[in-house]
Amino acid sequence: MLKPAKRREGFHPLVYLLFSAVTLVVFVFCVAVGSVSVPLSELRTSMIITGVRLPRVICCALAGASLSVCGCAMQGLLKNPLADASTLGVSAGAGLGAVTAIAFGITLPGLPFAGTTVFASLFAFVSLLAILTLAYSIDRTLATNTIILIGVIFSMFVSALMSILITFAGEKANHMIFWTMGSLSGSSYNNVLLLAGTLLVFGGVLTALSRELNAFAIGEENARHIGVNVKRVKLLVLIATSVLIGVCVSIGGTIAFVGLVTPHMVRMLTGPNHKRLMPASLFGGAVLLMLCDLVSRTMFSPRELPIGVVTSLVGAVLFVRIFYASRRAK
Amino acid sequence: MTALLDVKNITVRYGSLTLLDDVSFTLNEGEWLMVCGPNGAGKSTLVGAITQGVPHSGETLYRGKNLKNVKPSETAKYIGVLQQSNSVGYAFSVEEVIRLGRYAHSRGFFAGRGQSGEDDETLVSAAIAKVGLEPFLKQSIMTLSGGELQRTFLAQVFAQNPQILILDEPTNHLDLVYQQRTFELIRGWLTEAPGRAVISVVHDLNLAKAYGTSALLLNRGKTVAHGNPAAALSAASLQTVYEMDVYKWMHTMLSQWED
Repeated sequence: MLKPAKRREGFHPLVYLLFSAVTLVVFVFCVAVGSVSVPLSELRTSMIITGVRLPRVICCALAGASLSVCGCAMQGLLKNPLADASTLGVSAGAGLGAVTAIAFGITLPGLPFAGTTVFASLFAFVSLLAILTLAYSIDRTLATNTIILIGVIFSMFVSALMSILITFAGEKANHMIFWTMGSLSGSSYNNVLLLAGTLLVFGGVLTALSRELNAFAIGEENARHIGVNVKRVKLLVLIATSVLIGVCVSIGGTIAFVGLVTPHMVRMLTGPNHKRLMPASLFGGAVLLMLCDLVSRTMFSPRELPIGVVTSLVGAVLFVRIFYASRRAK
Repeated sequence: MTALLDVKNITVRYGSLTLLDDVSFTLNEGEWLMVCGPNGAGKSTLVGAITQGVPHSGETLYRGKNLKNVKPSETAKYIGVLQQSNSVGYAFSVEEVIRLGRYAHSRGFFAGRGQSGEDDETLVSAAIAKVGLEPFLKQSIMTLSGGELQRTFLAQVFAQNPQILILDEPTNHLDLVYQQRTFELIRGWLTEAPGRAVISVVHDLNLAKAYGTSALLLNRGKTVAHGNPAAALSAASLQTVYEMDVYKWMHTMLSQWED
């Protein structure tokens, strides 16, 4: 009888070391390069570095990691390589939440930006629930195209609502338009703390569900038959992704397509097993968004593009590519 | 004989539609129950209800334990299912799919480290050997033929090591050789250890008669006949269910092979 070699599904610790090293190099590079050049000797004292660029680049890394791990989880859960916060309309939903909180002046006492964050997460959760309920009632097998179609329509609907709010917002309008574009300029250390905390908790929850996500990615029915608590896993993934997306959107606006592109690129290297895909996406997303941010602030320097524009440009092209490939495969 | 599974008064309604109407039966150790009937008879719905995937009234007892009150991971230790077909979305390897069969036995933080008493590795490699998939282990499931894919999931359910195996028309789209091989493998599994049983949903009445030790004939959600295959699939009951002379048809078909 053939005995399969005892094997590790996850990465060897050395691979993690390599990932960390690459991420660190990109991180240092992104902090060092910018529209204002800072001499190396002044790195530690320069206000531009410590007060502006450092928190911004950290936020990019954290938001990129969060969005990517969400994309991974959703693509696995729904067995759909096109699923992402932006394609499903969850980002738009979260944006509406943030805008609503501002329009009605909702804040939590003591926590300056908690109103938008909580509302963005709440709206993200309700959006996901609405989209999935609709998708399941239309097509129990959750075909790839059904979900994406519903996501597109949902995004349009939500954008319309957002426009209505902005129209009647008066002087708050400028502040609100931010959520339709996505940018991480002006990120603070408070943002860093919030992103890091959320990623630690909810990114951890999603990564711990790797095995269940593998089962879902092979098929939901099959997952149920091998003993996965299908309902509980779904609920956990929905909650975790909603909070992560909600926090990212409340800090950086709708940064589209990162959650779509990263897992797709990473999957080509690691294969579909979430034990490798999830951690690799964390690092990959961080690197990707830091680089996109670098492009957004240096390409037309001193003018700055919103980071969402850069990610959308890259993402839209890739979306077409994946869609084309998946149709051809059928 | 010991009762392994007690299915009691299962009724499934979907809106005003009754998909299953008060279906009951007992499955004993060593039994291979064939669930037959025309399209829409409720065969797959019955499988869904037994595995607690379809909302229903009535109950299913495994050795006296009501499966409604049992965790999914516990149910998976008793009942394994081989589905009709599995569409494939990502390029998982054959081995990864088979290994997931051990999910229910090794969960939690130390997943995959065999804390269940049974040796994960032994069961997985035994399952792989049983279906003859050794040369395919590293291959992506997206490159497999329908038959190879079905064998992969058969190995998964063997690795899962349940007491009851439910087959929901698993060989429907497979060619004759694969059908025969699959059924032989399952017969081997059934007889290899005591305390096991099989329920299969089949369209092919020949297979039902050849392999079944009992049969349940359903029509429009109701039990028409239940008992040994010869009695349950009698000319008269098949006539009422299929509204044609099945026996005559079968004999006509078979006569095509006479020289």
